[in-house]
Amino acid sequence: MENAAKTESTHPVPPSFETAPDRYRHFRIELDGDVARLLMSVREDEPLCPGYVLKLNSYDLGVDIELCDAVQRLRFEHPEVRTVVVTSGRDRIFCAGANIHMLAQSTHGFKVNFCKFTNETRLAIEDACRHSGQKYLAAVSGPCAGGGYELAMACDEIILIDDGSSTVALPEVPLLGVLPGTGGLTRLVDKRKVRRDRADVFSTLAEGIRGKRSVEWRLVDQIAPRSRFAQVVHTRAHQLATEAKAALPSAPGPQTGVVLEPLSPTVDGDTISYRFVHLKLDRTHRTAHLTMNGPGPGQAVGSAEALHQLASRGELWALRAFRELDDVLCRLRFHEPLIGLVILQTRGDRAEVLAADAALYAQREYWLGREVLLNMARVLRRLDMTAKSFFAVVEGESCFAGSLLELLLAADRSYVLESPEVKLATGTLNAGALLCGNGQTRLGLRCHDQPARVDEILRRGEAGPLSAEDADKLGLCTVLADDLDFADTLRLAVEERVSLSPDALTGMEQNLRFPGPDLSEGKVFGRLSAWQNWIFIRENATGPQGALTSYGRPERPSFDWRRT
Amino acid sequence: MTVELFEKIPNNVNLSADKRLQRALEQWLPNYISWWKEMGPDQFQESDVYLRTAVSVESDGWAHFDYVKMPEYRWGIFLEPQVPGRTIGFGDHYGQPAWQEVPGEYRNTLRRIIVTQGDTEPASVEQQRMLGHTAPSLYDLRNLFQVNVEEGRHLWAMVYLLHSYFGKDGREEAEAMLERRSGDRDKPRILGAFNEPVKSWLDFYMFTMFTDRDGKFQLCALSESGFDPLSRTCKFMLTEEAHHMFVGETGVDRVVQRACELMKETGSNDPQAIVKAGGIPLDMVQRHLHLWFSLSEDLFGGEISSNAAEFFAAGLKGRYKEDGYSEHTGLNQFYEMPVPSEGGKIVMTQVPLRNAMNEVLRDGYVADCQRAVDKWNRTIERQLGERGADFKLALPSRRFHRQIGIYGMNAGNYFDPSGQPISAGEFESQRSKWLPTDSDREYLKQIMRPVTEPGKIAGWIAPPARGINGQQIEFEYVRHLPA
Ligand SMILES: [Fe+2]
Ligand SMILES: [Fe+2]
Repeated sequence: MENAAKTESTHPVPPSFETAPDRYRHFRIELDGDVARLLMSVREDEPLCPGYVLKLNSYDLGVDIELCDAVQRLRFEHPEVRTVVVTSGRDRIFCAGANIHMLAQSTHGFKVNFCKFTNETRLAIEDACRHSGQKYLAAVSGPCAGGGYELAMACDEIILIDDGSSTVALPEVPLLGVLPGTGGLTRLVDKRKVRRDRADVFSTLAEGIRGKRSVEWRLVDQIAPRSRFAQVVHTRAHQLATEAKAALPSAPGPQTGVVLEPLSPTVDGDTISYRFVHLKLDRTHRTAHLTMNGPGPGQAVGSAEALHQLASRGELWALRAFRELDDVLCRLRFHEPLIGLVILQTRGDRAEVLAADAALYAQREYWLGREVLLNMARVLRRLDMTAKSFFAVVEGESCFAGSLLELLLAADRSYVLESPEVKLATGTLNAGALLCGNGQTRLGLRCHDQPARVDEILRRGEAGPLSAEDADKLGLCTVLADDLDFADTLRLAVEERVSLSPDALTGMEQNLRFPGPDLSEGKVFGRLSAWQNWIFIRENATGPQGALTSYGRPERPSFDWRRT
Repeated sequence: MTVELFEKIPNNVNLSADKRLQRALEQWLPNYISWWKEMGPDQFQESDVYLRTAVSVESDGWAHFDYVKMPEYRWGIFLEPQVPGRTIGFGDHYGQPAWQEVPGEYRNTLRRIIVTQGDTEPASVEQQRMLGHTAPSLYDLRNLFQVNVEEGRHLWAMVYLLHSYFGKDGREEAEAMLERRSGDRDKPRILGAFNEPVKSWLDFYMFTMFTDRDGKFQLCALSESGFDPLSRTCKFMLTEEAHHMFVGETGVDRVVQRACELMKETGSNDPQAIVKAGGIPLDMVQRHLHLWFSLSEDLFGGEISSNAAEFFAAGLKGRYKEDGYSEHTGLNQFYEMPVPSEGGKIVMTQVPLRNAMNEVLRDGYVADCQRAVDKWNRTIERQLGERGADFKLALPSRRFHRQIGIYGMNAGNYFDPSGQPISAGEFESQRSKWLPTDSDREYLKQIMRPVTEPGKIAGWIAPPARGINGQQIEFEYVRHLPA
């Protein structure tokens, strides 16, 4: 407990976000035909950095990186699995949530990034449930509190052991003076449809709710006594698997998984190089140049078999390049807090991108095609949610086409060189395959002022690449500048951007990136996390006598009672 | 536009090799000429005017005299030569190398500063465009046009900065400066004083005395700028501004001298007697002085200003003669200023120095104006001796008749010319004593009859002490007047 007072400088950030099952320290995957068991048994003495003990299956970023990897690999490497049972590998405890002492010793910036990453992992679980036909079932056989219950709520269903003591609980408000910020409050009412007055009672009840009442209040779906618990879980898991198979069968083609090979980028000073993605940091200007390369020839496969072969060899561009983008975004977020602006560039052959996109889209009913598309969409959403400014820069050699055009559409601004060589190209994947977290296409969000334009742009794109001038007329260029102006305009814009308040920019960008209607996902980030981040920096939480600080100490917290 | 045309533009910015500037000017120049023809001096576009043209920054090059038709005036682009290794002289970037390119961080602020300054230049041409019809002499007519073409060149100077350093929106701002119109209700000029009509030649002299002098102080503050091209541009503009102030200061002096002469001739101290004799009585001069001094003071901005603090902190706009100060960060220092408080009381208040930078600049301005007023008073003394003691001209308090800032009437603050707080009612009841009246204006309009014969001068003003560029006063400074 004395560790909680440690200085803020030691926060747990791993050098890499890559892992694999044979390296897991805290999880185990057990396969049984179409059901897999994902067992969580966190090693207390293996936190990411010294200063806290991962008691009671509590987690830190290191644990969540494994969870994220497991969810990802279950989709790609074990497509036969139709139900994933999330359960504890330890006796009489499910999961106590994020480790409080880890949070207490972390910087604010880390807490925010941690929260965002864990939210994205839970959204990935829901994405699998909804779109991959891979259901998640939480088998809760011991206390399940805070982040633990939030993890359970990310699953389709929750079965709670009825042993007279195991509870589900969200004790953050009464115990820690913060929020269950990993989607807890949102999922309680939006997803599980818990009556909101009951949700209010539940969220202020530190010891949580067990047994029958937890079912009555819709906090869990089923309860089972200890003697029958395993059987009930087993039966329901197989039922769910059968239902999922029927609801979302795969088109014909190889049904075996493909292994996600390591990305192993080369890190050299201020550059990180992958096969298709390159990042160059300009620390003096707090700017990064992120370049994504399009595919070479041979990606426009005509069959499920060919797609499977390409992916098995680790040569499927759409999978590899977007996994690289995902990894580099995580590194940017956690390793490079001082980088404020990311210049997005693309290189390659537009026709190859469009052909690869179209071929992939043709396999969308085939499980692997579907998974690759879903992954691309998730990675782009990770970009949408990254607290950095993004400027897309379009020059003669650029390759903003199809799936790569999404980078420009995701960017806060686009700077386009006025030149005959400059072209933008829309393609199959811009029409709805790669949705944002609010359920809208990026093209739709870009044209939210003139919805009719979406079709116009897509139609024009079918007829061939758009010139810079046409793209400008169609609203795709923030700034169109000729060669006399371009370099200077961009330089000024970059210098101006990185001079503005980083906090205000993050807030501004998140408000402007998603015009129009929203979904739960947007609420999780835009409302729940944003409030959580505010609460985290208030004296009442993290001040010397704040609730989070005093947790586990003899003193009671002392609050400033003014409501704000 | 042909390359030869660019070669005709006097400049020291290597225009013939600067594709970007050429492209920008190609668009802007024709619009500038149409603006000049539409809004420049009314009906004198075909006249030959004995004008000074700057053809280079060398000592023999910046004052080249010849007859020229105004639309054919060779407006040029000149920057004071670069000082190698110049560093930023104040603010948070003190001591760092001066910027040769616009720093992105300050781009918008700098653009606003340049546009605000630039907008005043064509505005004054517009304000003065009818004065040619009522000039008291060819000498004065020529001076008016000299001021006008140089204000045009000052616009060029600011447009050069916008074109060269601010890309597309710089070009758009440059166009917009040709689209606003002084006094227009829908698209007025940016600053208040530049929308006031300059109806009579007394207004013109007051304007060039007081309002151009604001220009001088703004240019001095900007010539301290850490953005080197702005600094160098403003330094060169100051050489021209000096002549404008000369026109104003000597113009008022000649009006004062003539009033005194008429007082002697008539033997009367009664303003009406001077009016009868066709002169401008000193109380009328004083009322105009009150008006133009107070309007021009407003141009410095609020007394307590976060903009001023930001401009100084960022190294964009310094103090008048910043070199003369021993401390250049302006931090942890205070400026004591009388601030109106509740109940109409004035309380001495410590304002952080950076926030008081407008007031600091205004201090220099007020002192400079006082020097000119003292000179006019010496003229009165010379002419009237002891009898003149009751007729001394005086600057009003800087609290008098202000439209903006802590003394602004918009905030319900009224002061008499000595700076004593008064009520709005009192102010209104004294207005005709303190500020030009409709009958003043009517009278001035009456006596402003053009005098176009070389060497002749109107009866309300004394002749100048000497001619221009060593020429006689009788020299035909403007030829081919409109019929
Ligand atoms: Fe000027
Ligand atoms: Fe001037």
